Amino acid sequence: MITLQWVYILAGAAFAAFALLGLADASNPRRLRNALFWGLMAASMWAGDRLGDFGNGLLVIALVAIGGLGLGRGTVGEVAPEVRAERAARHRNALFLIALVIPATALIGTFLFKHLPALVDAKQVTLISLALGVLLALAAGHALLRAPPGLPLQQGRRLMDQVGWAAVLPQMLASLGAVFAMAGVGEAVGAIIRLGIPEGSLLGAVIAYGLGMALFTIVMGNAFAAFPVMFAAIGMPLLIAGYHGDAAIVSAIGMLAGFCGTLMTPMAANFNLVPAALLELKDDYGVIRRQIGTALPLLAINILFIYWFAF
Amino acid sequence: MWVLLGIAVIVAGFMLRFNPLLVILASALATGLAAGLDLVAIVSAFGKAFNETRYVSIVWIVLPVIGLLEAYGLRERARALIGGLRGATVGRLLAGYMLLRQVTAALGLTSVAGHPQTVRPLVAPMALAAAEAQAGPLPEKESEEIKGWSAATDNIGLFFGEDIFLAIGSILLIKGLLEQYGIIVQPLQLSVWAIPTAIAAFLIHGFRLWRLDRRLNARRAPTAPAREDAA
Repeated sequence: MITLQWVYILAGAAFAAFALLGLADASNPRRLRNALFWGLMAASMWAGDRLGDFGNGLLVIALVAIGGLGLGRGTVGEVAPEVRAERAARHRNALFLIALVIPATALIGTFLFKHLPALVDAKQVTLISLALGVLLALAAGHALLRAPPGLPLQQGRRLMDQVGWAAVLPQMLASLGAVFAMAGVGEAVGAIIRLGIPEGSLLGAVIAYGLGMALFTIVMGNAFAAFPVMFAAIGMPLLIAGYHGDAAIVSAIGMLAGFCGTLMTPMAANFNLVPAALLELKDDYGVIRRQIGTALPLLAINILFIYWFAF
Repeated sequence: MWVLLGIAVIVAGFMLRFNPLLVILASALATGLAAGLDLVAIVSAFGKAFNETRYVSIVWIVLPVIGLLEAYGLRERARALIGGLRGATVGRLLAGYMLLRQVTAALGLTSVAGHPQTVRPLVAPMALAAAEAQAGPLPEKESEEIKGWSAATDNIGLFFGEDIFLAIGSILLIKGLLEQYGIIVQPLQLSVWAIPTAIAAFLIHGFRLWRLDRRLNARRAPTAPAREDAA
């Protein structure tokens, strides 16, 4: 039976390739750090279940130490703009078609493999289908574009180095949620917040959750980081455990309420300040000002969506 | 109440712009110590959770495919599509761009467009040209505003499109976090719930763009109809 373990082996192979190709990239002055970082990710994918809890904890500390020092970027694998323009003119929309293979496979596989529990682990059909989609897209790309076999990995390595340490941010935040849960953070915040929400008011709790998600995002500049906090404080103890809300809806739309906060904060510099500089605006907040008029009504709608759909 | 220290650490750490990985680890440490755990127990608990949520990071296996396509001109092709957007007015042009951005992001192609890739070289100049065709030469304050609209439309299109793709960081972060609380969901169960908000975002932002058009058109109409064909 195909399980998530197979996907981990594939992902470990990809990270190992990124590490080795990074080590060979002489144009990157920090290539050793990059190689170590992606090498540790490969080790986690391949051997995580054999390292033990404390061993995995040490692996995380090593990742954080290397990421904190900073990774580098090389120039190997860059394709000249003229070459890309010529290829784009030749392949046109076939490029989008190949990209479409991944979500299409993930979607079809999710529904199809549910009926084949002997072949595929029914609990992980989507992630397994995603991995299959990647392999199919690579095969389609190879057949249609006739690229040299090593090229996808080298290009993937180039993009991976551009993402850098931020690649493990979501996994780190999900893990932080476990520590929050264990320490009873939700109970503590919930006790405070419940002072401000009228007893028994579902709408009041939903509003506090949605607004809190946006406000924490505005302060921290990152909806991903705000999510575990608000989820532990109100989402889990009040909306899901207390009022029996649908966990998928509460969390999915809660994240989107956080995204409304991202649109309104200078703390999210990459999205809001960097473009203002790129467009040579005199007003640093010129982009944020245009976004607030969409973000506020959309936040209200997200709160209503949670109230309507989740209960 | 001391366990709230961890939240203070993460909020302050992000505000002060320390490396987020360090901030997260420090927050876990503060939370664990406040709850009376010893160091080894905290490191073990974090390591256990990190290992259990490894699938959050498997999203990166798509990079070789994206890299291959980009080396073969995916971004250039996206640029050609954007350059060919038909929109006689700035509002219609930006609404068309937003739709394109939402759809490609929903297919997992978040990096085919963006501020350096498409907004600065293409969308902003096209939007300025359309606005001037509507309202005549623009004072600096207004041309700045049109550029702001271009960047804002890119952000909104991206944010409220990408979560429909199920293999994106935010969706798997939610899946991983829910599992820490003992709730198992499929990524698809989460990503379908991004669709209502995506539609609402398009309607709200589209309505604001339509009003922008009306404002620009109203200014032009009474003075001179001579440049009608410029659009």
